[in-house]
Amino acid sequence: METKRIQSFISQNAIYIVLVLLIVAIAIYDPSFLGLNPLRDVLNQSSTRIIIALGVAFILITGGTDLSAGRIVGLTAVVSASMLQVTDYSRRFFPNLGEINFLLPIGLAILVGLIFGLINGVIVAKFKVPPFIATLGTMVAVYGVNSLYFDMDPNNSQPIGGLRRDFTKIFGTGSFGFGGVSIPNIVLIAIIVSIFVWVVFNKTKLGKNMYAIGGNQQAAKVSGINVGRNLIYIYSIAGALYGLAGVLEAARTGGATNNYGNMYELDAIAACVVGGVSTTGGIGTVPGVVTGVLIFTVINYGLTFIGVSPYWQLIIKGSIIVAAVAFDMRKYAAKR
Amino acid sequence: MPQNEYVLEMNNIVKEFPGVKALNQVTLQVRPGSVHALMGENGAGKSTLMKCLFGIYSPDGGEIILEGKPVVIPNSKIALSLGISMIHQELHPVPYRNVMENLWLGRFPTRGFGPIQFIDHRKMAQDTRDLFRGLDIDLSPDTMVHSLSVSKVQSLEIAKAVSFQSRIIVMDEPTSSLTDVEVEQLFRIIRGLREQGVAIIYISHKMEEILRISDEVTIMRDGNKIGTWPAADLTTDLIISKMVGRDLTNRYPEREHVPGEVLLQVKGLTSPLPKSFKDISFDLRRGEILGIGGLVGAQRTELIEALFGLREIESGSIRMNGQQVQIKSPEVAKKHGMALLTEERRVTGIFPVLSVHENAAIANIDKYQRPYLLLNEKKKRVDVDAMVEKLRTKTPSTKELIMNLSGGNQQKVLLARWLLTEPEILLLDEPTRGIDVGAKYEIYSIIVELAKQGKSIIMISSEMPELIGMSDRILVMCEGKLTGIVDREQASEEEIMRLAAQH
Repeated sequence: METKRIQSFISQNAIYIVLVLLIVAIAIYDPSFLGLNPLRDVLNQSSTRIIIALGVAFILITGGTDLSAGRIVGLTAVVSASMLQVTDYSRRFFPNLGEINFLLPIGLAILVGLIFGLINGVIVAKFKVPPFIATLGTMVAVYGVNSLYFDMDPNNSQPIGGLRRDFTKIFGTGSFGFGGVSIPNIVLIAIIVSIFVWVVFNKTKLGKNMYAIGGNQQAAKVSGINVGRNLIYIYSIAGALYGLAGVLEAARTGGATNNYGNMYELDAIAACVVGGVSTTGGIGTVPGVVTGVLIFTVINYGLTFIGVSPYWQLIIKGSIIVAAVAFDMRKYAAKR
Repeated sequence: MPQNEYVLEMNNIVKEFPGVKALNQVTLQVRPGSVHALMGENGAGKSTLMKCLFGIYSPDGGEIILEGKPVVIPNSKIALSLGISMIHQELHPVPYRNVMENLWLGRFPTRGFGPIQFIDHRKMAQDTRDLFRGLDIDLSPDTMVHSLSVSKVQSLEIAKAVSFQSRIIVMDEPTSSLTDVEVEQLFRIIRGLREQGVAIIYISHKMEEILRISDEVTIMRDGNKIGTWPAADLTTDLIISKMVGRDLTNRYPEREHVPGEVLLQVKGLTSPLPKSFKDISFDLRRGEILGIGGLVGAQRTELIEALFGLREIESGSIRMNGQQVQIKSPEVAKKHGMALLTEERRVTGIFPVLSVHENAAIANIDKYQRPYLLLNEKKKRVDVDAMVEKLRTKTPSTKELIMNLSGGNQQKVLLARWLLTEPEILLLDEPTRGIDVGAKYEIYSIIVELAKQGKSIIMISSEMPELIGMSDRILVMCEGKLTGIVDREQASEEEIMRLAAQH
């Protein structure tokens, strides 16, 4: 009985254990990894990824998938950056634009993300196109939209740079002191978003409906849930989160090009599945997704920290994705 | 060497799960060339015992003896190679492949030179025909499987079992979705197998069938074996009393309800589909149980799904309390105080990966919505769990995943889901299908209690005694048309059958 309890504890908390083991293993190699700075770097690098992964998690839990996430991040990064250049910058996207309140472009970028999420939702819910295909379509089209915008006169596909310091500081590189420790602003933003998403998942009707739709779409319909409307809401929220992530990417890097966000969706999906989100729907938690992202960042950052070749990192990353899902499958297969 | 009396002996099988003893020293002895019925309520341990036989579970104690030799069965592949096959309740063929490819899947006959081997389609077709002829199955080897009826797929599965040279074939609820004619065909195949010396372990809840087809009956209750008897010595009542461990003088609860004024008026309801329901008119009173009888294909499910907004209506009207209503979706139906318990519990009822609590709460979330979109989780938990408990659902806790519950208990959770919405009209589609006798009685009691509270109930059932025992009136359909409404007093199985087969 006792061994069974331990087994069940391990299988319930596998990803958290994996994260701890990873950190311990790296720390054994180089104890300085446990210092404040590496830890802060890991969190810093995870922040936008967490926001994107949480957006993707919404959709995975409904039993769908979202391939357009990365491209929407790219588009919204360009949109926000294009309006936030310093006025004396030599090559401005909008040469005659004055210094506007930075909340305006941020709001606009989030709105753009939301609109493309909404389009995904409508294609999936109203035209019954499988999410894989629907979001594959928007993924391609959004890149087109982004490139057209990016190629407009006078920018002509030049990287957008010279972003305002107030903007990059607050939403990118800045930090604040908390009990003598300096915490990056974007870490705080990621925490706020995680709490927001956790509340939506667990405390709202939309969250309950999301789990139900992913758990059994037909049963959800019979239970009186308007499946289509809920899907549209969910895709829209996910889109808005990508929009926010795009803004943060622009702020963090101090610029944007139309290639921003490329393939981010695959990292996000990988983090979700490693974090225990089921690709068949109905299962997934916010702590799981956050841990999934952290695992990948720790691999990236930690292995670089101790000098492992980036090519080996890719092999380890790939193995973890497959192993995590294989382990999860076993867990549910055993329960049947 | 003397012929063994039993082809299979499972002696003193013990299987424990955390907190429960699923099998307590259960012994099952099966003679070759016989049909051995295995009976018991859901949760009695029948499936667990069969899973031990098929290598899905490894028993914690006891021994399995096959034709006199003790065997260990670690997985289903070994079980198959030892001559043990199982026809599951739900069949999973490869839909877009033909009959013979499904039959010989994984062991196609080949021909060729050395390592270069091609599939020998001609031999495969011939082997298939030979096999079908021996079993008297009427199926063409190259029909696509997705176009076959459930019963044909089942015949295919049986043929597959035979092709593995199985000496023991386990059939789990084989008739649950068959029509009467198809049941006869199945029985013919079973009798043929019996003559060939194959032993059949037959799991079913249908007493009449068991008594007709089986030679011996083993009854289980709560993980224990109650006994084995020749079928000839048993009656339906005897079996029931042994299964539930008490005498069932009444199979249906005492009725205390009196139908009141008319609540629902349906007039000339017609589906846009040509073969579906046509021109259906009836009234439903408050506190009335209206049964709907008919054969498979009578379009009964389609009718009540249309009432619930799941299917389109071409013409006709629905009035509630005299007001005409347009029910375009289940959402609207719910607002009008309707509830639907669907026939296919697993397909359209439960959310397998969600907890009992979430499953029960889902239709009534609105009630717990506070300002700012947040839910009153505490109140929701109290209300929902109280309802689940009130229906005497057996579950370790309401946090348990619903997929780990037995069919009867899943059905209670679904009933709880709808009762929480405080419906006026409950549409119940085969509410006791695949549920054991004890749980059936509890579900009947709940239905009668609801009628007493003034709720109106429409209940589809394919079990005649249930229809007659429960309904105030019985509406009978045949091929989409209403062929008659029979009052409780005049209802008899013959009368309903006559109306159900009128066209």
